[in-house]
Amino acid sequence: MPTWQPSADHAALLARAQMFSAIRDFFAERNVLEVHVPLLASHTVTDPDVESIAVPGYGFLQTSPEYYLKRLLAHGLPGCYQLAPAFRHDEQGRLHNPEFYLLEWYQLGYDAKRLMSEVAALCDLILGPAEYQQVQYAQLVPDLNAPRDELDLAFALACESLKPGRFFIVDYPAEQAALARLNPQDPSVADRFELVVDGVELANGYYELTDPDEHRRRFEQDNQIRKARGLEPRQLDETFLAALHAGLPDCAGVALGVDRLLMHKLGAKSLDAVITFRPG
Amino acid sequence: MATYSTNEFKSGMKVLLDGDPCTILENEFVKPGKGQAFNRVKFRNLKSGRVWERTMKSGESIEAADVMDLDMEYLYTDGEFWHFMRTDGSFEQIAATEAAVGEAHQWLKEQDVCQVTLWNEDPIAVAPPTFVELEVTDTDPGLKGDTASGGTKPATLSTGATIKGVPLFVNIGDVLKIDTRTGEYVSRAR
Repeated sequence: MPTWQPSADHAALLARAQMFSAIRDFFAERNVLEVHVPLLASHTVTDPDVESIAVPGYGFLQTSPEYYLKRLLAHGLPGCYQLAPAFRHDEQGRLHNPEFYLLEWYQLGYDAKRLMSEVAALCDLILGPAEYQQVQYAQLVPDLNAPRDELDLAFALACESLKPGRFFIVDYPAEQAALARLNPQDPSVADRFELVVDGVELANGYYELTDPDEHRRRFEQDNQIRKARGLEPRQLDETFLAALHAGLPDCAGVALGVDRLLMHKLGAKSLDAVITFRPG
Repeated sequence: MATYSTNEFKSGMKVLLDGDPCTILENEFVKPGKGQAFNRVKFRNLKSGRVWERTMKSGESIEAADVMDLDMEYLYTDGEFWHFMRTDGSFEQIAATEAAVGEAHQWLKEQDVCQVTLWNEDPIAVAPPTFVELEVTDTDPGLKGDTASGGTKPATLSTGATIKGVPLFVNIGDVLKIDTRTGEYVSRAR
């Protein structure tokens, strides 16, 4: 007999519903607008470490609402958030599911530091208050000049060892800026941060890059890396680049995995305990 | 040669690692949001029984091992080899070395069905039934009527195995049910 029962128990589902409601209240109090952007779109990210799920005839399930949310900001919308599923190909495990709930939000006029304190406030609300320590990326890896795959592995293992407690990792190397600005005082590091709670990565945020030419340059570089790794290059999303040309206001943004946040709240060891069903 | 990629790994899968047949015990996916993915994999070496842990890049492949587990009836030992017969009606026999039989030898009773692991058709491991019934060949005399007191004693069984923790009422000639996973006495079989 196949297992048909949900993997999360009743109490976890209740806690989940309460958490979603608390998140929405948190943003309502701060006048951050909830929006819904397409989850299925014709373009996707160029990031060589994020694989999108292609839907023949339609495009791709979105790995994050980033480009759409920024298009809304470029069109004059104030701070906004989306709380919705995001999709990533081939990510399956205790802490990964190809479909997961992502809370992504943007605040106009914020920098990374100010957004970090807002992320901490949200975590305090859901998990209860605690201290947050800052760690620099360079403190976590033995050799910043190591080849990228060694660096990624050393970093992944170091993140797992950041426990117990809540940690913001800051000062990412410029090569790992993704869509963050480089630090004006020290352009060898990016204004990017990640939140790690008890050894598990929960959120990734940037003081957002706004320069369209620099975006195009980074996307093209991503595609070079994709080709070198034997991955299909991605068509650049020209609508997003056009929005950047129109002007993305100064802002900071962050994406937070809410399934994992609930895992921490409930002390669960696996996503199975906090999602209704695990397909497959 | 068949290979498995890390994203196909499942527990129980048989692969070749450093030239030895292994079974996959656990496969944990490790990935920072913006970084390469890895798999932390635990293997059990089917020859030595040792557990190995490796971190592999996601998408890396390793060779599949031609390993299968077969139910086979234990026939006899000639002192050098232990002989088993297939239970599928083919009467096909194989001979396993001492190294392959390992600790299982002390639980092997003629006609019991064991699980024999074959690698490239050679036996590399033998798992006895979880419970076996073996006759006591030597133990201190039983204490008549003492079926309740907590005392125990050792006993030697027909296969040569010595077990501890046998109740005092057990006599030579009794048949005992033994849990082969722990090597412990379960009950008197009759």
